[in-house]
Amino acid sequence: MFSLSHITDLVNAWLYQQFPPTLALLLQFVIVGILVITLFSILGLVLIMMERRVAAWMQLRLGPNRVGPRGMFQTVADTVKLIMKEGMTPNGADKLMFNLAPYIVMMVSMVIMAPLMFADGFQIWDINIGVFFITAISSVSVIGILMAGWASNNKYSLLGAMRSGAQIVSYELSAGLSIITIVILTGSLQVSEIIAAQQTGWWIFKGHIPVLISFVIFIIAVTAETNRAPFDLAEAESELTAGFHTEYSGMKFALFFLAEYVNIFVVCAIGATLFLGGWMPFHIGSWESFNHIMDYIPSSVWFFGKTFFLIFVIMWFRWTFPRLRIDQLLNLEWKYLLPISMFNLILVTLMAIMGWHF
Amino acid sequence: MSKIAFFVLAFLSIFSAMMVVFSRKPVHSVLSLIFCFFTIAGHYILLNAQFLAAVHIIVYAGAIMVLFLFVIMLLNLNAESEPHKTSAGKIAAVVSGGLLLLVLVSVLKSTDGLQLSASPDSQVGMVKNLGMVLYDKYMLPFEVSALLFLTAMIGATMIGKKELD
Repeated sequence: MFSLSHITDLVNAWLYQQFPPTLALLLQFVIVGILVITLFSILGLVLIMMERRVAAWMQLRLGPNRVGPRGMFQTVADTVKLIMKEGMTPNGADKLMFNLAPYIVMMVSMVIMAPLMFADGFQIWDINIGVFFITAISSVSVIGILMAGWASNNKYSLLGAMRSGAQIVSYELSAGLSIITIVILTGSLQVSEIIAAQQTGWWIFKGHIPVLISFVIFIIAVTAETNRAPFDLAEAESELTAGFHTEYSGMKFALFFLAEYVNIFVVCAIGATLFLGGWMPFHIGSWESFNHIMDYIPSSVWFFGKTFFLIFVIMWFRWTFPRLRIDQLLNLEWKYLLPISMFNLILVTLMAIMGWHF
Repeated sequence: MSKIAFFVLAFLSIFSAMMVVFSRKPVHSVLSLIFCFFTIAGHYILLNAQFLAAVHIIVYAGAIMVLFLFVIMLLNLNAESEPHKTSAGKIAAVVSGGLLLLVLVSVLKSTDGLQLSASPDSQVGMVKNLGMVLYDKYMLPFEVSALLFLTAMIGATMIGKKELD
């Protein structure tokens, strides 16, 4: 059967045979870097197209339909336009920080890719602390946003960055607590072990209602963390023009835009890994023939299918719920989500100790 | 390989620590400090203590420094608004700093060589071993420090509430 891990093993063996170990390792770094950058550009093209299609579908519009067959090359045309544009730096801005900020935001979303498992045995670094690494690194993206907002020397940008900071810092808590529920059930932080624990069934099915609650909380929290509607206060157009990236133009703006979509992909991939079994195929108890048919679908298809389903759900939110006010946003987190997820954590711990899950 | 990585990281951490002191704008100082914390996390990874590295990033770079940034950005401190220091104060700072350095150097000289027991391949920093040590051998200190944090948190909330009334 087709498997990506064969290819990676072959490349690894060939590199170590041809070159000394240090050089082989460095070459692997380069290959991984090129692959991640390629994935980024493809994701940017696909996700922005998908967003516009979903938006059009929800609002009974046609959506982009001029460039290429059925408007498929609309994002390519947009990218070309953004590259051609002049990337301006405002006069009163802090030059170094203003130009550095988009790259920091981008770098953070690249580093989070490291422990993600895209298919069976296809992973950059199976780090011992897995999901904890992801939480740690994703807490850094707020620094890039604050830098961008402050360095622009613009009131709207600063307000947008402050809102975004408050939002990310508070919603990180419930996202972290819902990740911990799965860690308790699995007994490991390593991504490969979390997926292996779901061979007999995904956690969302095996974990009863508490895991379902933490899944819902996780989706709400990551929607807020990626600054998506209905939590897009940081760039509320009617109040703050465009929030922290008001002053950005050309390719630097495009980097922020791309980082937003890649972040959506990353959080949905984490959600798919933790709750929906990552690359594990869908199995039903003792239906042997059904399980065999499911096994024939490649693991990468399973992973990307689940991830894109979750991305669709988050895009659906945007056209379903109206935007929250800042006090409603903070009340929702501190007065509802956080107490619920703490109580839920105790329930899950009890369940894991007593062995009530399947 | 790890030796080269160590020297690069060490140079970067010392350089960024110096930048914290020398940069004129407070925001630049905070950002250099964040960079310094990252390089220290890199040192932890070189020592195979991945959990400590992640904790270092999440606590210092992710939480404390973001609060620093919030305060400094909202107060809008700039190089121009920095209060002018008198030369007497500067001399006093240099003298006291030099004395501190003297004390530290003399203390380090009096120790009979640092005993480094952990090798780069040690598994002490792995999450499982660390958890066993924390919740088994050092259970009481761990819980007491957790209680201390909780008390500090409640205290901060109380002080914050008083000003609102």
